[in-house]
Amino acid sequence: MSASIEAGTLERSSPTILIRPTSGPIPPRLKELWAYRELFLILVWRDIKVRYAQTKLGFAWMIFQPLALLLVYTFAFSHLARVTIPGIPYPVFALAGLTLWIYASRAVFTGSESLVANITIVTKTSAPRILLPLAANISVIVDFLVTMVLYFVIAALYGFFPTWRIVFAVPLLFATFILALGLSLFLSATNVRYRDVGQALPFLMTLWFFLSPVAYQLQTPGLSWETIVQAANPMVGLILAFRWALLDTPAPHGLLVAALLESAVIFVLGIVRFAHAERTLADDA
Amino acid sequence: MPSERSQTMPESVVVSAHSLGKRYQIWTHSRPTSLSDKLDHLVGAVRPRRNPERPRREAIWALEDVTFDVRRGEVLGIIGPNGAGKSTLLSILARITEPTTGHAEIHGRVSSLLEVGTGFHPELSGRDNIFLNGAILGMSRREVEEKYDEIVEFSGVRDFIDMPVKRYSSGMFVRLGFAVAAHLDPEILLLDEVLAVGDRAFQEKCLARISEIVHSGRAVIFVSHDVASVARLCDRGLVLNSGRVVFDGAVDEAVAAYLSSTPLGVDANAAVDREGTGELRVDRIAVASAQGDGVVRAESPAEIFVALRGSWTGRTEPLRLQLGIHSTFGGMHVLFSTDYDPSHPLDTPELGDGSVVVCHVDELPLKPGRYTVSATIERAGGEIVDRVGDKGFFTILPSDYFGTGIFAGDTHSAPVLVRHHWEVLPPAGAVVGVEVGEAIG
Repeated sequence: MSASIEAGTLERSSPTILIRPTSGPIPPRLKELWAYRELFLILVWRDIKVRYAQTKLGFAWMIFQPLALLLVYTFAFSHLARVTIPGIPYPVFALAGLTLWIYASRAVFTGSESLVANITIVTKTSAPRILLPLAANISVIVDFLVTMVLYFVIAALYGFFPTWRIVFAVPLLFATFILALGLSLFLSATNVRYRDVGQALPFLMTLWFFLSPVAYQLQTPGLSWETIVQAANPMVGLILAFRWALLDTPAPHGLLVAALLESAVIFVLGIVRFAHAERTLADDA
Repeated sequence: MPSERSQTMPESVVVSAHSLGKRYQIWTHSRPTSLSDKLDHLVGAVRPRRNPERPRREAIWALEDVTFDVRRGEVLGIIGPNGAGKSTLLSILARITEPTTGHAEIHGRVSSLLEVGTGFHPELSGRDNIFLNGAILGMSRREVEEKYDEIVEFSGVRDFIDMPVKRYSSGMFVRLGFAVAAHLDPEILLLDEVLAVGDRAFQEKCLARISEIVHSGRAVIFVSHDVASVARLCDRGLVLNSGRVVFDGAVDEAVAAYLSSTPLGVDANAAVDREGTGELRVDRIAVASAQGDGVVRAESPAEIFVALRGSWTGRTEPLRLQLGIHSTFGGMHVLFSTDYDPSHPLDTPELGDGSVVVCHVDELPLKPGRYTVSATIERAGGEIVDRVGDKGFFTILPSDYFGTGIFAGDTHSAPVLVRHHWEVLPPAGAVVGVEVGEAIG
């Protein structure tokens, strides 16, 4: 008798879910995200494993891409366009910017595609949708670490070794992560309804690349319209600061402040856009 | 009173839906004329297109005023034609999409199984996908580890478990997906159509597993247009049509209600080639297959339902009802009769005007083609009361009925497929009835 009462109490303690119409943005439910942490880790692990284990060349591929880009830029900018960087061999200079740029662009690409690529998880399960862009962005950090190893090796071959400033690479990576995550949230939610996002993205990323000082050096700034363009592009401040942390090039000061502010704003906009779109993601798909 | 529902709700009610409604906003170029048109638009027009014709926004109610309760241990089947709102209802209960109106309460741990193998990644091994899919379905890593061997055993793909699932056959893929899902341990299970996959033997295994889950005191809501599995698995049936509940009650009655309401039903009154004395009449004939509605198409051995609505009052003596299956080339190939059912189905006081009599054909092993159904009401002595010919069409699709890798029935006109096997005996011991040489001589 008492056992059955106990069983009854146990049953009563089981969760009650109330399903009803809501309105307005759905704020991120941190408690729910925590409950889904295992799924999150598995998604990150899946993204990494698929990239590295899928092909026999998986790991080599990660090295090959930045290396090939580096060779092309060195040929185009250093040999053809005669870009010279005082005191730094061009390949080291370019790779110091490429590492962060490749990270940002991969994060934005995979993040923006994350909902569409996993659309059945959106339309067939109630798992928090934000896990998908988040997992995509986190998994790309592994790629970043691989390209960083490549950088350290090549820099060492040219006789360049990191100084204590390397510790600033970590907060700069974090700022870039926040920026890329904000864009991923914004674009992935939009991509579900308007697949054109996937079409336009490669073009826009190429534009962005040439507007960012990855393969070239900024002219010493006086205050001009160029400064405004540079200040408006958060990757300018981040790449310059990252290069400062790796190679002791001049610090970007104001541009970095602008970049950090912009990254924060884009992150918030991404969260807000996602929160608005989340309710109808399954209906739009 | 409804607002106090949660307080006054009996303890055994685990799912309670109250006036659920779902409205979709869609863009359209022309006014849809039917719900299925509307749903077509819904699929095609979620993305606004630039078009010289000015697109309009329209509201479609995919679900309206749906109210029901499910108690612990109860198995509710939701049936209805395509576009009736079945999947929308399940999506709302599974918290994939929100209702526009109404509310629902769920008491207990819920698992929803809306698809087999959700999130499976083709590049990952079967083993990896078990963990991935388990996590997506809400199982903890430890839970999956504990059940891992059982899952692999159930799936029957142990030898391939370290191979990427992209190399799996579609059957293996589905089996692995179902195996993970079959080891969920929820208090409330939401199931969508997942049985319509895999080969027949595996489907039977799935059904057995599901009925095991079902009979362990859990509440199950099962959505399907597979009338057969709903009839087999569920105690109670809810029939949806155009987003509304048109019937809620015992599953047999629900199936009958669904079949008689299906647009496929042919009005037999218009039949030209009608015979018989006419005291009793068949009004409507509907054929439904276990695989779907819209068009009745099935693979051999097809499981079909034939529903007849008729005016039965005034019967004074034992009757039999017979259904004939004819091919479009003519000729009756198979006959079903109430005389062949030992339970004497027509000897019931419930048979009255407007009653629906359903014939459930477990297996119809016919070669691919179009078939029609005729119905005959006969007196025991053989006098025809009403006979309607060639009403109710269905199609049998090409299939590998004999498991030989080729479509059965392609090379001959004989309509019935019967499973059989051949043997070759060594010459010494072979004594076959008639020596062929002698027979010729």
